[in-house]
Amino acid sequence: MLKDVSFGQYYPVESFVHHLDPRVKIVFLIVYIVAIFLAKEFLALGIAAALLLLALIVSRVPLPKVIGALRGILFLVVFTATVNLLFYQGDKVYWDAPAVLFEWKIIKITQEGIIFSIFLVIRLVLLMVCSSLLTYTTTPVSLTDGVESLLAPLKWIKFPVHALALVMSIALRFIPILMDETQRIMNAQKARGSSLDTGGPAKRVKAVVPVLVPLLVSALRRADELGEAMEARCYSDGKNRTKYKKLRFTWRDLLAFLLGAGLLAGMIVMRYFPVFAL
Amino acid sequence: MKALEFQNVSFSYGDGAFAIENLNFSVEEGEFVAVLGHNGSGKSTLARLSDGLLTLDKGEIRCFGIPLNEKNLLTIRKDLGIVFQNPDSQAVASIVEDDVAFGPENIGLSREEIGKRIDFALRATGMEEFRRSMLSRLSGGQKQRAAIAGVLALKPRMMILDEATAMLDPKGRREIVEVVKKLNEEEGITVLMITHFMEEAMLCGRAVVMNRGEIVMQGTPSEIFERHEELLTFGLALPRIGVICKRLREGGLNVPDVLDPEELAKEIASCVS
Amino acid sequence: MRIVAEHLTHIYNEGSPFAVKALDDLSLTIEEGEFFGVIGHTGSGKSTFVQYLNGLMRLPSSKKRRKKKGDRTVLQVGEFDLTRKKTDFRALRRKVGMVFQYPESQLFAETVFEDVAFGYKNFAEKKPTAEELERVVRAAIEETGLDYESVRNASPFDLSGGQKRRAAIAGVIVTRPEILVLDEPAAGLDPLGKREVMELLHKLHGDWCKTVVVVSHDMDEIAENCTRVAVFSDGKVLYSEPPRELFKRAETLQALGLDIPLTAKLCAALEKRGVPIDCDFTIEDFVKKTLARKGGESC
Repeated sequence: MLKDVSFGQYYPVESFVHHLDPRVKIVFLIVYIVAIFLAKEFLALGIAAALLLLALIVSRVPLPKVIGALRGILFLVVFTATVNLLFYQGDKVYWDAPAVLFEWKIIKITQEGIIFSIFLVIRLVLLMVCSSLLTYTTTPVSLTDGVESLLAPLKWIKFPVHALALVMSIALRFIPILMDETQRIMNAQKARGSSLDTGGPAKRVKAVVPVLVPLLVSALRRADELGEAMEARCYSDGKNRTKYKKLRFTWRDLLAFLLGAGLLAGMIVMRYFPVFAL
Repeated sequence: MKALEFQNVSFSYGDGAFAIENLNFSVEEGEFVAVLGHNGSGKSTLARLSDGLLTLDKGEIRCFGIPLNEKNLLTIRKDLGIVFQNPDSQAVASIVEDDVAFGPENIGLSREEIGKRIDFALRATGMEEFRRSMLSRLSGGQKQRAAIAGVLALKPRMMILDEATAMLDPKGRREIVEVVKKLNEEEGITVLMITHFMEEAMLCGRAVVMNRGEIVMQGTPSEIFERHEELLTFGLALPRIGVICKRLREGGLNVPDVLDPEELAKEIASCVS
Repeated sequence: MRIVAEHLTHIYNEGSPFAVKALDDLSLTIEEGEFFGVIGHTGSGKSTFVQYLNGLMRLPSSKKRRKKKGDRTVLQVGEFDLTRKKTDFRALRRKVGMVFQYPESQLFAETVFEDVAFGYKNFAEKKPTAEELERVVRAAIEETGLDYESVRNASPFDLSGGQKRRAAIAGVIVTRPEILVLDEPAAGLDPLGKREVMELLHKLHGDWCKTVVVVSHDMDEIAENCTRVAVFSDGKVLYSEPPRELFKRAETLQALGLDIPLTAKLCAALEKRGVPIDCDFTIEDFVKKTLARKGGESC
C-alpha cells in the first residue's frame, strides 16, 4: 500500500502556491534563505516571518503538518541554541544588566548570546518552514523538472544536465516501486518468522540480510529490464535529444518573483539602514 | 513485403541453455502472428534478437527489408517497437504523458510533433483520461497500455509483445489484447505476440510454436489447436474451451473445436434435447 | 483452526488526504477444512484482509479503538485473539503460513536448503539438530515436487521460474502450518506451471494442511478448486458461498467488474437456448451434466 502514498511530503490541494512554477519556488526558497541571514534586527525577521505566514495560509497546507515538519529538526535547533547560549562571547548590553550574566569555567552566558540564540532559532524555524512549504506544495516530479530547467545553463560547460535529469526522473519512478517491494519482502520474511520486529538489536541486524539480498537482486533485475526497454525505445547517448515538457511562467509566478525580490531588497536596505538597530 | 525476416539465424547464450540454430522465420507486413511456447522455450530470445538487444552469432535478420546491423540499429528500433513483460520496469517517468514522450524525445522530434504523437498514442490505447496520471497509481493493464503508447509514439510499423500479458490479471490481459488487435486492424501495424496463453493465440491469423529454440509447429490457430497431443508434449496446455470440446467428444457428443463460448453453446444446444 | 472476523475496519493513512478505507466493517468466517477462495478486483481489500490473518496487519490498541463508537471488532484465528496486543504473534505465524504474490522474491540464501530451513529455524523453540533440519527440509522440498538431491545445494537464483516458485512455497510449508494463505499463487506461470501449483495445493490440503485460503483473479481456477468463495468489494464481503451458488450470479459479478468462469458463461448461454444445465461449474461436472442431456443418437 506504500505505493499509494506519493512518497515525499506533497500535500495535494489546489492553491496559488501549488500552481506556481517550480523554478520560481526553488529560487524563492534560496532568496528567502539569503534574506533571513541578511536580517540583522527583529523587525526584518518579523517581516520575513509575516510573508511566510501569508504564503502558508494561501497554500492551504494545514498548520499541524508544518509543525510536524519542525519536529524533525527540534533536536538540531535545541542543540545549536544551547551551544550558542552557553559559549557565545560578546559584550553588547541590551537591557539594564551586566553584559555577562553568568560565568562558570568555560560556560559564559551573555546578553548578546541570548539575543543571538533567539535569532538563530527564529532563522532555523523560518528556514525549515519555508523549505517544507516547497515540498508540501510541489510534487517530486515537478521539483525535478524545476531543478533540471534551472541547471540548463550548465550545459554550456559540458555538464550532463540531461543525463542527471533522466537519473532523477528514473529514481522518482522507482523509489515507490522499491519501497513497495521492500514492504512485501519484509512481510514475507516476517511471515517466515524473521525477527525484524521482535528480538534484540543483534538479532534485528541479522534479520536485515534476508530483506536486503532479495531487494538488491530485484533492483538489479529491474535495472536490466529498464535498460532494455530504454534501448528499444531508441535511447542512445542523449545527443540530439529534445524535451517535450516546458515549464510556464505566469502572472502568479511574476507576483511571487516580485515578492521574493522585494523581500531581498528590503533586507539589504534594512541591513545597512536599520530601523531598530540591535 | 516481409516485415521481419530471420535467415539461418544462430544464437546461443553460451551457458548451456538451449541454442537457436539455423532459424528461418518471417512475418508479412500487416500480419498478426502469435509465438507460443512454455517458459524458457526461446520465444523471448526471438524478440531480443529482432531489434538488436541481443547479437546473433550467424545469419541475417531483416526488418522491412533493412538488414539489422550497427548502422541501421536506430532506424530498425523506430520501425519495430517492443513491449516487455513487467509493467513496472519499462517506464522512465512517473507521469504517463512524460513517459510516452521519452521515445520521441530520443529521436529529436520537435515539441509540436511530440505533442501530436502523445495525442495519437494515448487515443489509440484508450489512455487519454490518464494523460496526467501517476503510473504508480494505475492498474497492471493500464500500465501496460501506457507502455504500448510509449512504443506507439515512435510510430512503429511493427510491434512485438514479449509476454506483455504474463503478469496481468484476466481483465488486464483482455485490455491489452483488444488494444493490440485494434492497432493491427485500424493502424495496419504488424504484430508479433509472444505468449503462453492459448486463448490469446486464438485471435491471431497465424501461430508459431517454439520449443527449445526451434519452431516446432506453424499454422492457423485452429490447425494448431487440433493437434492437442503434440501441444502437450511442448509444455503447452489446451485452452479451457478446447478441453471441454474434447471431453464432450470423448463422451459421444459430437461438437467441433470452437473458440467462442456462445458458439459452443449453440453447438451443444443443437445436439441435446 | 477457524477464522472469524467481525466488524473489521482498516483505513490506510488515516487522517491524511491519502486516507483509503481498505476494510469497512467486514465480517467473514472461514471454517477449518475449507479450500477457500477470495476474489474481488484490485483495491477491494482482499490483500489487506489476508495480511490480518497472520498478524502482518494489526489492529490499533483496543483503548484507541474503544474511544471510537463502542468498538465491536472480533478477529479470531483458532485460539488466537488478534484484537489483543498480548497475543503471541510468533506462535500464530507458525500456524498460519503466508505465500505472497510472486513469492520467489523472498528467496535470499546461498542454497535452496538454507532458504527453506530459514523459516523452520526461526520458529524452532530450540536449535534444531542437523538430522531434524535435514528431515523437515527434505520433506518440504519433495512435497513441492522438486528433486531434493539436485536442488539442495543449488543457488535459489539459478533455478527456473517455476522451480523458484516451488522453492519459495517449500520455505513456507516447512513449518507445516495449519492454515495456508496464498495470494495469486499461480500468477505469472505458464499454463502447465499454473496447473502444477494448484495440484500441489490440493495435495497439501489432502495431506496435512487443514485450511487453504487462495486469493485469485482467475475465476476458472476458483471454480475448479474452491469449496467456498468470498467476494470482496469496497472493503466488504458481498457474498460468501460455494461456487455452485456464486457463479449463478453471473450478471451481478460482471457488474462488479469481475469475470465468471468459462463453464458459467456456457451455462448462461445454454440456458438462453432453453438447455439449462445445473452443475457446480467445474469442467468435470459441466461435461458430465451436459453429456447426461445427450439424446439417444449422436448428432
